Amino acid sequence: MSRTTLALAGLSVAGLALTGCVSTAPAPDTGEGGPISVTASDDACELGATEAAAGTISFDITNTGSTVTEFYLYATGGRIMGEVENIGPGLSRQLIVEVPDGGVYETACKPGMVGDGIRGAFTVTGSAQRSVDTDTRLAEATAGYARYVASQVEALVPRTQEFTDAVKAGDVAGAQALYPVARTYWERIEPVAESFGDLDPRIDGRDDGEPGVEFTGFHRLERDLWQDGLQPDSAAVADRLMADITELAGRVPTVELTPLSLANGAKELLDEVATGKITGEENRYSHTDLWDFRANVDGSRGAVAALRPVIDERDPELGALLDERFAAVDALLEDYRDGDGFVLYTALTPDDVRAMSDAVDALGEPVSQVAGVVSA
Amino acid sequence: MTLSRRRLLGAGAAAVGMGALGAACGAPAATPVPDGVVPFRGEHQAGIVTPAQDRLHFVSLDVVTADRAEVADLLRRWTAAAERMTAGAETTPGGATGGNPNSPPDDTGEALGLPPAALTLTFGVGASLFAKLGLDPSLVPPALAALPPFRGDQLDPALSGGDLCVQACSDDPQVAVHAVRNLVRMGFGVTAVRWSQLGFGRTSSTSTSQATPRNLFGFKDGTHNVKAEDPDDLREQVWVAPGDGPAWLDGGTYLVARRIRMHVEIWDRTSLAEQETIIGRTKGVGAPLGGTAEFDLADYAAVDGTGEPRIAQNAHIRLASAQALGGVKILRRGYNFVDGSDGQGHLDAGLFFVAFMRDPQAQFVPMQRALADADVLMEYIEHTGSAVFACPAGLGGGGYWGQSLLEA
Repeated sequence: MSRTTLALAGLSVAGLALTGCVSTAPAPDTGEGGPISVTASDDACELGATEAAAGTISFDITNTGSTVTEFYLYATGGRIMGEVENIGPGLSRQLIVEVPDGGVYETACKPGMVGDGIRGAFTVTGSAQRSVDTDTRLAEATAGYARYVASQVEALVPRTQEFTDAVKAGDVAGAQALYPVARTYWERIEPVAESFGDLDPRIDGRDDGEPGVEFTGFHRLERDLWQDGLQPDSAAVADRLMADITELAGRVPTVELTPLSLANGAKELLDEVATGKITGEENRYSHTDLWDFRANVDGSRGAVAALRPVIDERDPELGALLDERFAAVDALLEDYRDGDGFVLYTALTPDDVRAMSDAVDALGEPVSQVAGVVSA
Repeated sequence: MTLSRRRLLGAGAAAVGMGALGAACGAPAATPVPDGVVPFRGEHQAGIVTPAQDRLHFVSLDVVTADRAEVADLLRRWTAAAERMTAGAETTPGGATGGNPNSPPDDTGEALGLPPAALTLTFGVGASLFAKLGLDPSLVPPALAALPPFRGDQLDPALSGGDLCVQACSDDPQVAVHAVRNLVRMGFGVTAVRWSQLGFGRTSSTSTSQATPRNLFGFKDGTHNVKAEDPDDLREQVWVAPGDGPAWLDGGTYLVARRIRMHVEIWDRTSLAEQETIIGRTKGVGAPLGGTAEFDLADYAAVDGTGEPRIAQNAHIRLASAQALGGVKILRRGYNFVDGSDGQGHLDAGLFFVAFMRDPQAQFVPMQRALADADVLMEYIEHTGSAVFACPAGLGGGGYWGQSLLEA
């Protein structure tokens, strides 16, 4: 939980903003040459075609690998045009995505659902008939970010289920391995989750020793798993966490997103990194802070990327600077990758922490300018 | 010149000693300058012979990009903001509150309503900058070479060195901090703070218009400092002359900074007589031992009734004197500091030594070597930080900090 109470300005709990531009339901006949096949194995991501006309594009993804995978279509700046997560081995899923503008895009399969995945260029030709004004772009931005949030919640629920199941089964090692994975999906959308003032402290509160405040949620289980050992009420705390996450998933679609709330959320996620993760305060027992760091940056980029067409329209230099600074943080974090995750905070030297702090400062300044640009 | 940020409340009061300013800066202003404003542009940078202000915020920064154009762009933006801030204005017009309410303000705002307070911003480059930006090695001034180790040094790399520096001096501490903070903020992504130091009381006078202040040992410091009114000393000891080194630094100077921790608790248990012997001056009026007034010339040949030198052979003022060093002088401009406490019940206090000179190797090095080897004061102090910067000449109209180097 952030110590600064959340000021996701304009992020009120009302109104439905999750518009369905992307569907994973059975495909209607697109009448545009049929779906593009995607064969996703453990080490390859083969597309039946790497070019399509602007408009509705469908992908049929088949996981021929041995691990759960994901498929993404990205636009400039890492903006997610569409994605399918949780494709188990041997299963097929379909992605239908609206791509109104021609240009160079990027596809990615992510075996194991981690990292940058296996990338490939994808060209969209022509331009779908539409009149694009700023209001349309802003509406598309919030809709795009709503898709991003929905996709994260879709993964947060089962990952938290696995984590809490392991806690309840007394599987400490298993729960320890699942803890940072489940938190990743939480941390990516933390500003949205924090807009529920009652849920956030229950799910992500820290042990501040404040009298009369019940300590529950991720960090309570973290303390049990890494420091105190499982307690008589650990299972009950796990059930409570799962119930809270389930409630969160039900309430997220009611959040009314605005371009300003996206921009402020992107900034707040970096504030979280600067004040909580780089300092090692967030996960004081498990020291898995770099997982949260990575997730906060992902979430920040998700929000900025959704706004990217508006940013490019109004301040093209800012978009390029954001790309450069996000890339610098990415490159730095990759140095600390350990398998599917990251080294522990306790393995970092003061110089390591200093380099991270510099990179986040450098990114935070241009991200703080986004709100002004999109609200101008 | 706009004064929109600060309404110049109390500007008259802040202008003490400013009458000497035009002469002090060596470049009398063509037009009247508002009270409390030290001209930003001139033959030499302000903040060197400017009568020492009461407060300091010094910052050393590392450049975090190898892109020279990015650095030049930042230096242009810094120069514009610095010129505005020294004139008492916000970093940009309306920068604190006049912008888009959904954007963070350009100016951080804590100096709104404060007078210009004689703010000066002095810029320098460190030796580490050249290789980082791929500048021609012939541009590195030989005198900018690293200082040699001195006996007793306890230098912390995190408090030493740096690619760039900005010295902010002002009669109002918040005005100095505001200036550094805003420049640091503008630099994110291009520069990163390496270390910074606050100073709360000047320890030198740089003009005959100023009384000699005291350091935290309680002694007057800088009685025989190089002063703004000594044109010969300034020319011979402070300003880099054509032919000294690469031309981009002509008219500039070198800044040596040393963070000197003073073990004040130990000093305070030392008798008055011992303190005066160590320094070589009386604590009260600051007269050299054997003399009666502060500005009496020290008589290093005098002996007492037992035949001992009246001013000890290892007295601080003897070791540091021009007489003992073959005529070498420096322009000192240091500040007292107390950075909280050290966790062992002692103040983390000392002197942030800042001095300007024409050649650190020929001036600071022999002086510091003499002190490090023999000065009894070394038992009470330790040097914990060190840096040398080359400060280019002052800017003419339109020029920016570092331009003479980057466009050399």
